[in-house]
Amino acid sequence: MVLDRIEKLIEKYFEGETSIAEENELKVYFSSTDVAQHLKQYQAIFGYFSQAKEQQFTQEIPLETKKRNIVMWLSVAASVVVMLGVGTFMYFESNKSQQFASCSPEDNPELALQQTQKALALVSEHLNTGIESVSYINEYENSKNKIFKK
Amino acid sequence: MQQNEFIKIVSPFKDKLFRMAKRLLVSTEEAEDATQEVLVKLWTKSDTLSELKSVEAMAMTMTKNYCLDQLKSKRASNMTIVHNNYTDREPSLQQKMEDSDSLSWVEKIINDLPEQQKLIIQMRDIEQYEFEEIAKILGMSEATIRVALSRARKTIREIMTKTHNYGIG
Repeated sequence: MVLDRIEKLIEKYFEGETSIAEENELKVYFSSTDVAQHLKQYQAIFGYFSQAKEQQFTQEIPLETKKRNIVMWLSVAASVVVMLGVGTFMYFESNKSQQFASCSPEDNPELALQQTQKALALVSEHLNTGIESVSYINEYENSKNKIFKK
Repeated sequence: MQQNEFIKIVSPFKDKLFRMAKRLLVSTEEAEDATQEVLVKLWTKSDTLSELKSVEAMAMTMTKNYCLDQLKSKRASNMTIVHNNYTDREPSLQQKMEDSDSLSWVEKIINDLPEQQKLIIQMRDIEQYEFEEIAKILGMSEATIRVALSRARKTIREIMTKTHNYGIG
């Protein structure tokens, strides 16, 4: 009876028509000790299938803890800091120069006048020093006049 | 997704990946490398895993593709190091013992099958996937898989009975 069923199952098995449950039935039958003599040739096949399922993957799984992401975020943070630094520096620098611009004549005419006079005085002073340094050229004129008397 | 979560998802089928890789690549080391490679790839995609219906099927497909690529590139480079010039051509005693062991015969026969049949035997007879799942993993129709499976099983039987009869006669 059992043998009949097994034989039928084997036939179905080789046609690829057995279900998982039926295949398990076959596996159980062939792993038992009393396998009919004429079916012994199949014992190795089913024995191998059961044995092959025992193999295990023993290696560790080398998962990186998303280091690349951390590096990326670090670089983003660093660039933000640099941008902020440059930004605040520029801001204060431009504020300084705006101090001069802010004293327009309308706001404070006296200060404006003072500043302008100062600036003009500075210019004229420098002009004078320039003229002084050129004055010795007159010496040429004098000596020339001495030699070539008119 | 946290690392331990990922490992929890992966651990039920990581052995299956390994066994499939080993079926295709034969060498244990290469199979281990392949499995690790696939798992790392899966980890980099871990954010999208929850959207998948079956992570296992996806992982199996990735393993299959990775191993087939590996085999292809190995064949393309066509470099086989032949260094058995000085060794005894006779199979060693160990080998002879193993050959007489019919279980390893089955393994050899399966390893000599064409790759597709190997994969199907591996998934159906060893891992006991349903035809529907195999069809999804391999991207083939169930009918084709049944035909290939039947052919592979018959080939194994044929060679087995041959060697069985040699043993007797």
